[in-house]
Parts: sequence; structure tokens; C-alpha cells
Amino acid sequence: MAKTLMKGNEAIGEAAIRAGALNYFCYPITPQTELAEYLAKRMPEVGGVFLQGESELAVSNMLFGAAGAGVRVFTSSSSPGISLMQEALSYIAGAQLPVVVVNIVRGGPGLGGILPAQSDYFQATKGGGHGDYRLLVLAPASVQEAVDLTMKAFYLADKYRNPVMIMGDGMIGQMMEPVEFNPPQEGDLPPKDWATTGAKGRKRNQIHSLFLDPVALEANNRVLYAKYEEMKKHEVLFERYNCSRHNKVLLVAYGTMARICKTAIAELKRLKISVGLFRPITLFPFPEKELRTAAEPVGRLVSVEMSMGQMVEDVERVVGREKPVSFFGRCGGIVPSPEEVVAEVKRLVADSGPPAQKKPARKKTGAKKTAKSRKG
Amino acid sequence: MASTLDRTVFRKPESLAPKITHYCPGCTHGVIHRMVAEVLDELGVMDRTVGVAPVGCSVLIYHYFECDFQEAAHGRAPAFATGIKRVRPDLVVFTYQGDGDLCSIGMSEIIHAANRGEKFTTIFVNNAIYGMTGGQMAPTTLANQVTSTSPFGRDTDHTGMPIRMSELLSALVTPAYIERVSTHDARHTIKAKKAVRRAFQHQLNNDCFSMVEVLSTCPTNWGLTPLEATKWVEDNMIPYYPLGVFKEPPVEEG
Repeated sequence: MAKTLMKGNEAIGEAAIRAGALNYFCYPITPQTELAEYLAKRMPEVGGVFLQGESELAVSNMLFGAAGAGVRVFTSSSSPGISLMQEALSYIAGAQLPVVVVNIVRGGPGLGGILPAQSDYFQATKGGGHGDYRLLVLAPASVQEAVDLTMKAFYLADKYRNPVMIMGDGMIGQMMEPVEFNPPQEGDLPPKDWATTGAKGRKRNQIHSLFLDPVALEANNRVLYAKYEEMKKHEVLFERYNCSRHNKVLLVAYGTMARICKTAIAELKRLKISVGLFRPITLFPFPEKELRTAAEPVGRLVSVEMSMGQMVEDVERVVGREKPVSFFGRCGGIVPSPEEVVAEVKRLVADSGPPAQKKPARKKTGAKKTAKSRKG
Repeated sequence: MASTLDRTVFRKPESLAPKITHYCPGCTHGVIHRMVAEVLDELGVMDRTVGVAPVGCSVLIYHYFECDFQEAAHGRAPAFATGIKRVRPDLVVFTYQGDGDLCSIGMSEIIHAANRGEKFTTIFVNNAIYGMTGGQMAPTTLANQVTSTSPFGRDTDHTGMPIRMSELLSALVTPAYIERVSTHDARHTIKAKKAVRRAFQHQLNNDCFSMVEVLSTCPTNWGLTPLEATKWVEDNMIPYYPLGVFKEPPVEEG
């Protein structure tokens, strides 16, 4: 199939349609509004449902109702809007319904800004709303990958009856790249015999997240966590780039930040400093075993993020006992340049000499460096 | 000629599940449930109906009906119903909501669903108090009414006047069927059921959004006997919440 040049936001919308998701509810918010605008025109063409709700609160609950009725349904928003959706996401996870939520992340906290950021990592990967639950989180690093992962997201949501989040940033949403829409690869899915489609010829179906009996509520949470264990076994996605035993440093970065790290790695190669990149594509489940393996030959790791340091806590959790882990990043909508990443790696290589046995206090290092970068 | 014993004059509607409800003695939720169930039976739509449960006293309503049900987050039932009805217009969808759920936390959702003309039916049970949490002030709590969070009586200088939901929604330009009824005696209850049936009929005709506001009792949290509670509805609620049809598009009888 021929490639077409498309904006990330629009490509995600088209990918969803190609995956058979013909039901979309939305509320406008920068920097993802193009997705809504694209689908406002496109959904009527394919006989789908497009509805602009009165708030993200309402939209996420429309999603809940529609998913309960057994259809593929999705929404898109950005950080402050996603915060408003946390109520419904918690209920949806508890009631075990498949929905897809696209989060084109912008800087926070509060109203924050409208420029690209990765500061919703905690919210996306650690639950986000109340109660014991997780989303399956996919982080594309290009428009093509956003297309492929969006298609996959609907399959995964149906497979696990769990909300799936596509976590991009303003850069992924706004940039234009050539894409192709390959037919989605999907395994067999069980029938949605739990959906509220009218109790004709069967017993009534009930969709709820209320379990007043503590034993039943604990049992439901155990069912959810059993699914998350299955996700860890079967759904982990990651990329290793330029990884070798010659690496002085292993960068860990996802999404847009990973692309910038690749540019930095090329420059570092010219400077004869060998650096690898480990890119988680699933942020939950986090590629734990794979990162541990990738980290084995290297002296130290740096989590490079467009935040004040969030994924770094997962990197520390996974390899922090064996290797020094530090953080480098900018936030507020400022995207670290390849030059900044190069400078940070050079500083670490010059500082460290033989790698220390104990990890340094990463927060101090990170904070100091960020402050320095801001001055410069 | 068959004796009267051979003739069934009263039975449990098919749409109602054989379950004992958890409602307090004298509460009219049971009566209102029955009205809805009878209407689903009469219209023959039970097996293509999806109910949306609120958060409040009737949070467990899905146990009491034989039709499919989804349980919404507090106040969001109209958004749920929108989602269901938009993607499955062939289903009959209704929300069942109390006053805290519908006109406090869910005010935005109900106004916008009504204004979009969503083709579902809302049964709005107004008993002027939060029942499940133990009798707190609701937006519909009457002036000077004592509740656990207005222990000296609702001070309207401090909290505003009780919200008349039917009147408020009737002010929207979009066509809708909106009627307020009461359950404080048999005569009014029979009328209330007719309104419920009319609301579902409008949905089946794909006419408009439909809502029946049902004045209801809460003897437990009002601190009254069931009998005193029905009298209280008549003496205090109806004067402030007048009964009647507030809005209705031209009707085609189904």
C-alpha cells in the first residue's frame, strides 16, 4: 500500500477506523484537537458515531456506556482532560471493559502548557485513578508506530477487557510523516457475551464495579492482577538501539525523547563514545527482564525524559541495585536537544571513570543538571 | 363462567426480578421500580432494554430487574445512556437517578443529554434528601427542611433555593417530554405510571429525550412514619414542585 503524508493526530484517527473502531467521543483540547476534527468528517463517511460531549468527565462515561454495549470505542485527549477521565477509567478497569484512550501529553501540572511533555508517566502507568488497577500503555515514537500501535490497542483492549492508553506527546500528535495502513493483525477474540445488548434469549447481563462484599472485591482485584501478569508475559514491547558491550552508557527513553537520543548517539559515535538506547514501547507492562539484560554490559544508565524524572523510578526499580542510574531531562514543554543529551553523557563519562559500586544520589544529580541546563 | 379465583388480577411483572429489595419501609422506590417494570412488560421491550443505575439508594437496582443493566459513576448515568444509545439506537435505554445523583453531581450530564435530545428515558426520583449516605441536604431539599448537613433547617440565604429540575430542563429549546408526578397516594401513582409509559413511548417513537420526575418519600431520613411521609409530600413538596406536563412534542400514539 502507498504511503501518505499525515499528521500524527489524524493518522491515529484513521488507524482506529481501520481497526474497526467506529465509535468516538471527544472534548476539544490542545494539542490533540486535529484528531477530533479529522473524525468529525471521517466518521460520517464510514457510518460511525462521532459525538462531542460536554466535558471529559461526560466523554469518558459515554465511552464506558458504549464499551458496555459491546462496540469498539475510543477517545482522545491531553493531560488535563485525561485527569478528568480518571474517574471513568478506574470504573472501566474495575468493570473490565475494553476502551482505547489516546493521550497526547502536554506539560503540567495544572493547566500547564500546550507543548510536548512526558510528565504523565506516573498517571498512565501506575493506575491514575482510585483503586488497584493498571492501564496497558503504548508509547509510539513515530507517526507510523502510532498507527500500528493504535490498531493493536483495540485488539489488546478486547483481549484483556482492559483500558489501553496510547501515550504520545504533542510532537507525535503534531508532526507529519509518511505512513501506511497495513491491515491489523489480530488473533482470535472471544465473543463479547458479557455486553448489555438486551437480554433476549439469555440471562440478564450486568456491568458494574460495585462489590460490597470485601471477599468479592478482593477476588475481582485478583482477577485484574492475573490479567496484568498475563500482559507482562505476552505483551512487552521494546527496542534496543546500538546496544553492545562497548557501551559506556545506556540511555533509557521512550517516544519522542527516544528519537532525540538516537540523534545524540550518532554524534557521540563521532566522538568515539559508545552509547546504547533502550526504548520501552509498552510503558505498562514495563520491559523489566529486557532492560535488565540490556543493562548487563554497561557501567551506568540514564533515564532521559521530558519530565522532572518519572520513568527513572522504574529504571531504578529494575536495575538500580546493580547499576548507577541517573536522570536527565527538561520539562514544561521544553524538549531536550541532542546537544544537551550529548553534553550530559560526556559529563557522566568524564565524571565517573570506573563505574561506582553504589548508585549516586540521582535526584541531586538530576536537579542540578536541569537547573544548569535552564541557565544555559 | 369462571370464578374470580381463576383470574389473575395482580402479579409480579416479568421485568422485575424475584428479589426482596433493600429499601426502607415506606420508601416509594419499590413502587417506582414496579411502574417501570410494568411499562417494559406492556411495551414488550424488556429483552432489548438496558437500564443505567445511579449511585444513591437505588445503586443496586440492577438486582431487581430482569433486563440488562450498567452501573454508572455518580451522576454520570446520562453520559452512560448517551454512549449506549448512540452506538446501539435499537436498544431501549433508561436511567434511574435520585436527586443528589441527577441535579447535584450529575447536573451537567443531564442538561447536556437533554439538550442534545438523546433518545433515552430518565426516571428522576426526587425525595429532597440524600438517602443512602444518611440524610444530607440535596439541591432539592426544601427551604427550612432539616437534614444532617442542614441541622437548623436549609438556610436559602446560605445555600440557595431548591432546584426545580423539570422546569429547568423545560427551558431548553430542544424538544423533550418532561412531566412531574407523585407517588404519595394511589390516584397519583396510577397517573405517575401513565407518565412513565408515555416517556418510554416517546423513546420508542424516537421523538425526543424523556424524563419523568417522581416525587418520592424518605420516611427514614425525614424522621417520619410512612403515612406522615406521604402527607409531607402532599403538604410540602407538591406546593413547591407542582405536578404536570412541562413539555411535550406533538404525540403520535404508538
